[in-house]
Amino acid sequence: MVARVQIPQQAKRGEVIEVRIAIQHPMETGFRFDLLGRAIPKNVINNLSVRYNGAEVFRAELGSGIAANPYVQFCTVAEASGEFVFEWMDDAGQRGAERASITISG
Amino acid sequence: MGAPARRRFISVLAGLAAAPLWPGRAARAQDDPFAPLLRKITGGATVNPGRVTVDTPRLADNGHSVPLKVSVVSPMTAADHVRSITLLSGRNPRPLIATFHLGPKAGRPEVATRVRLNGSQRVLAVAQLSDGSYWSGSAEVEVTESACLDAS
Amino acid sequence: MLACSANAAEPQKPAPLKSGVEFTSEDVRKLQADDFANPGMLWVARGAKLWGEPAGSSGKSCAACHGDAAKSMRGVATRYPRVDPGAAKLVNLEGRINLCRERNQQAEPLKLESDELLALTAYVAYPSRGLPVAVAVDPQNRKNFERGRDLYFRRSGQMNMACTHCHDRNWGRQLLGDTISQGHGNGYPTYRLEWQTTGSLQRRIRACFFGLRAEMPPYGAQDLLDLELYLGWRASGLPIETPGVRR
Repeated sequence: MVARVQIPQQAKRGEVIEVRIAIQHPMETGFRFDLLGRAIPKNVINNLSVRYNGAEVFRAELGSGIAANPYVQFCTVAEASGEFVFEWMDDAGQRGAERASITISG
Repeated sequence: MGAPARRRFISVLAGLAAAPLWPGRAARAQDDPFAPLLRKITGGATVNPGRVTVDTPRLADNGHSVPLKVSVVSPMTAADHVRSITLLSGRNPRPLIATFHLGPKAGRPEVATRVRLNGSQRVLAVAQLSDGSYWSGSAEVEVTESACLDAS
Repeated sequence: MLACSANAAEPQKPAPLKSGVEFTSEDVRKLQADDFANPGMLWVARGAKLWGEPAGSSGKSCAACHGDAAKSMRGVATRYPRVDPGAAKLVNLEGRINLCRERNQQAEPLKLESDELLALTAYVAYPSRGLPVAVAVDPQNRKNFERGRDLYFRRSGQMNMACTHCHDRNWGRQLLGDTISQGHGNGYPTYRLEWQTTGSLQRRIRACFFGLRAEMPPYGAQDLLDLELYLGWRASGLPIETPGVRR
């Protein structure tokens, strides 16, 4: 799955930073039909979790009410230099992951 | 029309004029469409209106993708923070849109995303705080082009 | 030199020339301007991956010849559609990418409107963001231009209307909940909220035919290519916005 994540490359210790993620995914609702009238099965990213240096800082349970190509933005406190790990899964069991590094000063 | 029929007709008309054709605000508050789902989510605990702001356009360009941001008033300390924010739709076929789990390390109790809205409706955001209390905020959105059940 | 000359026989372009983004809401404008939140950027990101992947029996990637697309592709999108000398026919950017795949990578052409082709096209057009559309009308493509122009002014469909009726006579006015644009393609491939995905200018033109209750030309049809050329001439000077966001 194509996905993009955005965190500041650098931040000061204790600073509140914005974290953003965008994933290419149709978030198929299960209410649509194809041109032959067959129902297109539901398949949405139902779970997204974000860990910062191993500790979970954010988790989301998503449904078909989230728009296609889901976008989520949240905040977290910058603590130590290290890595953000984003992981998600959809109804069909497809998993996705992205990583991003941050350098903390002070 | 004879006199008794005329009186009946007039009294029926008067009855119609007195009863609202659809419920006014007072009646809506009593049968809150969110109430049953909220009871399930909070286990019956009261949901207090306040502290939660839902920021979304008054008129959505397209129901398929509506930007939405929820923010909560909270000091975000270990002792007093937002545990989770739940988004509910007043009109989508699946009313539970999403649940976001935060925690004291969140820094700012804010989440932004893009939602699907199946027609003009009220969107409700419910925040659970670390003390177990629930707070809510909502926004009305006009959607001229609907998502979800539009099979085009 | 016939390109863009002030020719009394040539139809009037709208004045002032305005990109489609100027007819969108503040939310859509903000979304297009936000390089992270702009959903079309997911296709640019995918295109970046494809650019570096070997293709066809050549085993070469686009990068093998073209290097850094940000430099080598800058300005390219502003010139399409154009007549490809080798193929001796009018091609749009998607068509040119497929020609390159066949000739230089010995790879199968990508299916029109496929996710991969949209991604590569968006990635190739992206370095031209901000540069003005500069489609040339010359003796080589003059016939295509005239066909495109005639199509633009021809009534079609159950609605029996031509492009000009909305996009020249009524741009800026309301059509139900929408504000009619001038009908330029400078933002394509674009992410349309209604499509819930990125799509090409040909997809958008087909949707317009559908709106008129006319038969939609198939992807790759000569009619659509000729129209793209005419629209490109008509949008000359407007900045490329790929990936655009529209409602």
